[in-house]
Amino acid sequence: MQEIAEGSLLTLIWVGIVGFAVFMYVLMDGFDLGIGILYPFAPTEEDRDTMMNTVAPVWDFNETWLVLGGAGLFAAFPIAYAVVLPAMYLPLLVMLIALIFRGVAFEFRFKARAGRHWWNRSFFLGSLLATFAQGVVLGSFIQGIPVEGRQFAGGMLHWLSPFALFCGAALVVGYALLGATWLIWRTIGPLQDWCFRMARRLMLAVLAGVAAVSLWTPFLLPQIAERWFSLPNLIFLSPVPIVTAVLAFALWRAIDNSREVAPFVLSMALFALSYLGLAISLWPHLIPPGVTVWEAAAPPKTQVFLLVGMAFLIPSILGYTAYSYWVFRGKVTGAFGYH
Amino acid sequence: MELDPLILSRIQFAFTISFHILFPSFTVGLACWIALLEALWVGTGKGIYRSLSEFWTRIFALSFGLGVVSGIVMSYQFGTNWSRWSDTVGNVLGPLIQYEVVTAFFLEAAFLGILLFGRDRVPRGIHLMAACLVALGTLLSSFWILSANSWMHTPAGFEIKDGRYFVTDWWQVVFNPSFPYRLTHMVTAMFLTTSFVVAGISAFYLLKRRHSDHAKLGLSMALGLITVLAPLQIFLGDQHGLNTLEHQPAKIAAMEGNWEGGPRAPLVLFAISDVTAETNRLEIGIPALSSLILTHDLNGTVPGLKQFPADERPDPRIVFWTFRLMVGIGLLMLTVAVVHLVLRFRGRLYTSDWFNRILVGCMPIGFVAILAGWFTTEIGRQPWVVYGHLRTADAVTPSLTTEAALVSLLSFVVAYAIIYGAGTYYLIRLLRAGPTHRHDMPQPPEAQSPKRPLSAADPSIEAAE
Repeated sequence: MQEIAEGSLLTLIWVGIVGFAVFMYVLMDGFDLGIGILYPFAPTEEDRDTMMNTVAPVWDFNETWLVLGGAGLFAAFPIAYAVVLPAMYLPLLVMLIALIFRGVAFEFRFKARAGRHWWNRSFFLGSLLATFAQGVVLGSFIQGIPVEGRQFAGGMLHWLSPFALFCGAALVVGYALLGATWLIWRTIGPLQDWCFRMARRLMLAVLAGVAAVSLWTPFLLPQIAERWFSLPNLIFLSPVPIVTAVLAFALWRAIDNSREVAPFVLSMALFALSYLGLAISLWPHLIPPGVTVWEAAAPPKTQVFLLVGMAFLIPSILGYTAYSYWVFRGKVTGAFGYH
Repeated sequence: MELDPLILSRIQFAFTISFHILFPSFTVGLACWIALLEALWVGTGKGIYRSLSEFWTRIFALSFGLGVVSGIVMSYQFGTNWSRWSDTVGNVLGPLIQYEVVTAFFLEAAFLGILLFGRDRVPRGIHLMAACLVALGTLLSSFWILSANSWMHTPAGFEIKDGRYFVTDWWQVVFNPSFPYRLTHMVTAMFLTTSFVVAGISAFYLLKRRHSDHAKLGLSMALGLITVLAPLQIFLGDQHGLNTLEHQPAKIAAMEGNWEGGPRAPLVLFAISDVTAETNRLEIGIPALSSLILTHDLNGTVPGLKQFPADERPDPRIVFWTFRLMVGIGLLMLTVAVVHLVLRFRGRLYTSDWFNRILVGCMPIGFVAILAGWFTTEIGRQPWVVYGHLRTADAVTPSLTTEAALVSLLSFVVAYAIIYGAGTYYLIRLLRAGPTHRHDMPQPPEAQSPKRPLSAADPSIEAAE
C-alpha cells in the first residue's frame, strides 16, 4: 500500500505511542466515567457530592487523552482514522453527545437548585452511554471492518452485533469497578464501606465479562483462534490468563482485607492485562481483519517530524499530570464540596 | 436545495465550529488578561488585581469548559464526516493537530486546575506560572490550528503521490504563505473581542454605579488596548487581503462582488448578486476605490469572477455581505478608540453615560466580526477544501448516508441548544454578580469551592440574583 517496511522501528514506536494514549484514556477517564455509572446508586445525595468532588480537579484533563488518541491516529495512521471513524459513525455520535451532557452536568449541577435532579440524570446517563458506546466501538472493531480502496465499505449499522453490545455492557461494569476502587482510595466512612461492597460484586461481574469476551473472541476471526491456540503460542501466551487469574485473586483478598489503595491498582492491572490480551489477538492488524500497522502507517517524514516533539512532550505531560494529582491529593470528605 | 450527506456535513461542520470558535475567541485574550492581572497582584500586592483576576477567572472557567466539550466534537468530526479529506491530507495536517493537543490542550487542562483551585495549595509564584502557562497554551493552540487552516487555503511544501499528499518540507507546511497573515489577524481579533467584553462589562458596572474601582481599572485597560489594536487590525486586515489577492483571487472577486474585473474597479457598497446572469443588480459603488484598496493604485487591475470557470467560483452572495459586516465592525472599533481618546484627554472617560451605553452595546461586536470573517474566508475558499487541489465534494465520507448525517446534525443542534442555553444563562448571572472585594492580605482557604473549572463559577450567583 505504501513504502513502509515491515518491522519499521518508527512504526513500532508509533504503535506504542498511540496504544499508550488510548490505554491512558481508558484508565483515567475510566474511573471518572465509572463514578458516573455508580452515581444514582450511592446511598445519599451528600455521597454524590463527594463522589463528584473526588474527580472534579482531573476529569477534563483525563478526557484530553481521548483527543490525543484520536489525533494520534489521524497523524500516525491516517487511513485508520479515515476508516474506523466513519464505520463507527452512530456509536461515536452517541459517545460525543453523551460526553457533552456528562461534562456540563458535572458543572451545572452545583449551580442548579430546582433543576439539580436533571443534571444528576444527565451525569449518570451521559457516563453510562459514553461508556457503553466505547465498548460497542471496541467490540465491533475486534470483529473487523470491511475496507475497499482506502475507505470504509460497510453500512451505517455495520457495528451492530451481539458481540459489540456485549462488549458495551462489559465495559460498563469494568469502568464501574475502576470507579468503585478509586472511591475506596479517596473516600472514608459509610461511602467507602458501600464502595467495598460494590467493588466485590463488580469484580465478579468483570471477571465473568472478561472470561466471556476472551472465549467469544477466537470464534469471531480464525486468525485470532490460531494466534492463541496453536503451538507453541499456547505455551508462550499462557502467562496472560494465568496472571489475570492471580490478579483477580489478589483483588479479592485486597477487598477482604479492606486495603485502600491496592484495589484500585489491581483493577488497573486487570485492565492492562485485558488490553494486552486484545493487542495479542489483533497484532499486527490495525484495522482487523485486513489492514496491518505497516500498511496504515504514515510516511517516515511524518513519523519523524512528530516524534521529535513527542520525545520530550509526552514525558513533560506525564510530569505535570503527576504534579497536578499531587497538588489535589488526599481523602475527599463531605466538608470538601458543596452542600 | 436537495439534502445529501455533503450539504448536511457542511452545515454540521459550520454549525459546530461556529459555536466552538466563540469560546476560544474569547478565552485566548482572557487568559492573557488574567495572567497580567495575576502578575500585577504578585508584583504590587494590591487586592483589587486579585479580585478582578478571580472574577474574570470564573468567567474564563465557564467559557473554557464549553469550549472543551465543543472541541472534542471537532476532533472526531474530521474523521466521521470528512474521511476522504482525512486520508488524503492526514500525513500533512495530522501532525499539526497532534502538536496542538500535546503542546496546548494538556498544558491548559493541567494548569487550569491549579489556576482555579490551587491558590491556597501552591506557592504564589507557581500560581502565577500556572496563569501564564494557561495563556501560553491558548496561544500555542491558536498557532497550530491556524497553521493547519492556512495550509488548506495556501497549501505548500508537499507533493502528491497516488492522490495522497506527502510532505517535502515541514517549514513550508507550517509557515505556509497565508499563515503569518491569518495568525496575526485572528489573534488580534481575539484580543479585540475580549477587550470589548471587558470594556462593556466595566461600562455596565459604571452605569449601575457598582464596583466602580474595578470597573474603572477594567475600562481603562481594555480601552487602552483597543486604541492600539483597532488601527493595527485594519492594517493587518489590509495586508491579509493583499495576500489573499495573490493566492486566492477568486475569493477577492467574490468578496468585492466584482464580476468583470479589470482596472479602475469600483468599490461596491451595495449589490444583489445574480449568479445565473453573472452580474449585480441595484449596484451602488464608489468609482476606482476597489482598485485603490487592493492594488494601492487607482488604475490597478483587480480580478473578476468571470475570469474563473463557473465550477471554480465561490458564491458571492454570502461572502460579499459577511466581508462588509466585518469591515464595518472594524471601522466601528476604530471610532470607539478615537472617541475614547477624546474623552480620556478631557477627563470624562468614566462619567460619560452615553459612551458607557455604547460600550455595553458593543460587547458582542468582536464575536460577530470573527464569525463574519470566518464565513468570508471559508465560504470564499469553496468549491475547494484544499485550495486548488481537493474539492469539498470529494472530501466527504463515501459511506455516509443522508439519514445518518441528518440524525447527527439534528442531535448536535438540540444538544448545543440545551447546553449553550444553560451556559449562557450562567455566564450572564456571573457577569451580573460582579467581582468580590479582596483586601491586600492572605485569604482563608476556600474549602467550599469544588475543584472544577466550571464550578469555579461563583456558588453565590444564585443568591446574588
